[in-house]
Amino acid sequence: MDALNELLNGFATAAHPTNLLYAFVGVLLGTAIGVLPGIGPAMTIALLLPITYSLEPTQAFIMFAGIYYGGMYGGSTTSILLNTPGESASVVTAIEGNKMARKGRAAAALATAAIGSFIAGTIGTLLLALVAPSIVKLAVKMGAPDYFAVMVLAFIAVTTVLGSSKVRGLAALGIGLLIGLIGIDPTSGQQRLTLGLPELADGIDVVVVAVGLFAVGEALWIAAHLRRTPADIISVGAARMSREDWRRSWKPWLRGTAIGFPFGAIPAGGAEIPTFLSYVTEKKLSKHPEEFGKGAIEGVAGPEATNNASAAGGLVPLLTLGIPTTATAAVMLGAFQSYGIQPGPRLLETQSTLVWGLVASLFIGNVILLALNLPLAPMWAKLLRIPRPYLYAGILFFASIGAYAANLSTFDLWLLLLLGALGFGMRRFGLPVVPAIIGIILGPTAEEQMRRALQISDGQVSGLYNTWFSKLVYVVILLVLVVPPIVGRLRRRSTDKELVNSDQTGD
Amino acid sequence: MSTQSVSTLKQGRSELGVALLLLLLGGWAVIDALQLQELDTRGPVGPKTVPITVGVLLIGTAVLLAIDVLRGGRGEQEAGEDVDLAHGSDWKTLGLLVVAFVANILLIDRLGWPVSGAVLFFGTTFALGSRHLIRNAIISIVLSVGTWYLFNLGLGIALPVGILKGIL
Repeated sequence: MDALNELLNGFATAAHPTNLLYAFVGVLLGTAIGVLPGIGPAMTIALLLPITYSLEPTQAFIMFAGIYYGGMYGGSTTSILLNTPGESASVVTAIEGNKMARKGRAAAALATAAIGSFIAGTIGTLLLALVAPSIVKLAVKMGAPDYFAVMVLAFIAVTTVLGSSKVRGLAALGIGLLIGLIGIDPTSGQQRLTLGLPELADGIDVVVVAVGLFAVGEALWIAAHLRRTPADIISVGAARMSREDWRRSWKPWLRGTAIGFPFGAIPAGGAEIPTFLSYVTEKKLSKHPEEFGKGAIEGVAGPEATNNASAAGGLVPLLTLGIPTTATAAVMLGAFQSYGIQPGPRLLETQSTLVWGLVASLFIGNVILLALNLPLAPMWAKLLRIPRPYLYAGILFFASIGAYAANLSTFDLWLLLLLGALGFGMRRFGLPVVPAIIGIILGPTAEEQMRRALQISDGQVSGLYNTWFSKLVYVVILLVLVVPPIVGRLRRRSTDKELVNSDQTGD
Repeated sequence: MSTQSVSTLKQGRSELGVALLLLLLGGWAVIDALQLQELDTRGPVGPKTVPITVGVLLIGTAVLLAIDVLRGGRGEQEAGEDVDLAHGSDWKTLGLLVVAFVANILLIDRLGWPVSGAVLFFGTTFALGSRHLIRNAIISIVLSVGTWYLFNLGLGIALPVGILKGIL
């Protein structure tokens, strides 16, 4: 087993004391920030991008991996203890999790979420380690038309799956692609959309884009609508569960893992659909269907496991193809690029220490997370009480320092404000941010692959679809355009029912 | 949803503004692309193709969005843990935040990050409604001086020291 050998080498890298420290810092930071309302893992990594200027890539990615997983854990704590979840992936957890917490079963809800996340994360990472080398073997044979097709799939998938309005998703994608075009065209050396400004010739720094859209945009949006009444937080002791809880949780954990991993690995717009699928499955299979909507533990265990498994699955296309499927993965891709590393099939060869160190540190990070989350639940819950002015002032503070540090130029701070305003407007008018960020980061690569494909075919459009793989991908794109509207309709019907139920219980 | 409490007519007008903005962005992309020179030696697809495609995509979405808005479609405002959509945007808070943010941009090269960063943090906490002025001032100074040391000594990034040169 080649992969296992490599993985063992990875553990040697990850177990290096410095790297262990970065993994620990990553999961700690990730959990804290995942718990904090208004901040997600994408924003956290964006805010931490400046440190990549001075850190070794391996250490930076070990830390980012910790944040990636930690953010998922933290998000579930928030959605269980607060009624209104922030991250779309935690929405489903909140349905049953918050009901459980209200019935005084917060400890069990947090425990089933944490242990389920651990199991799903561990299995998911193992699958990642096993699957990635075989995908790479296929991927090295992929040519420019194949890559271009996969990127078109990523664009279409994030645009049509996310959000309630396809037009607005498409508009967000267009804005992202437009921002990605700014700068010198690498093939002809001509400036595009730079308005003659020399600062824009190299394009907009990925730190400035990510921080502007996620951190500044989000902080401004929340500041303009800050809830004046303090949030209703449920207090909790250490997370633990009874034998009965275990008996009811283990199957949903495994089923959630099975649903989440493949969905994370395909560019289908993150964890929203698989967590919902898991919820519906558990509701159908449960021996206590009457408890659903009133705090059924299966409804927390399944979706939470799904959520983490899909996070692990999302690393497969990122590391093997260089295709991000979520906002967090897109920002991580930006981080790779700022090191001059291009994720793709060659990555496992050229950066095998980094990749396997990263995968091994995911296993270690998962163990640390479990150890941190069960006993420390009350401490994390306290974080929810942080005074909001400090929280959002802190985001703007660290956003400014990060954007300035990128080039030590105030021009980037003006850009940051402009992009923050754009992020605000997008939230105000329902344009999803994820297609924009994927358009910005993937757009230039997609253009390169398309031009290469057409160069090979001497300008024949058929050069874009003359391989069996690209044809297959275009068929998948067609399915992506047709299937989600049907699922969406089912989903809406069912969530409407949830809303009616929760209204009746006098929420 | 709470969006219904906002005057839908007014919101519709601002949403048409979004369509107009998309139209302008798309037009910009196309016009900018047309000024590029095609160097046909470098392959059949030049630097123009993608900007024009993106421009056309933006113009197309502008039209579709306008149709959607005129038919009564409305964008769904983003919800969140700390977000209360029952009221409209609080422009006063936003204005003060932008003032604090711009103050940092204007001051950072002149007075240095330890001062401008403190102004930024203090200004933003004030804008967000915190009135513990002395406590906030202390936190602001500790944060800005602390991050200055962190970046200069820990990360090797020379943030401007400004007027505190020789002291820090």
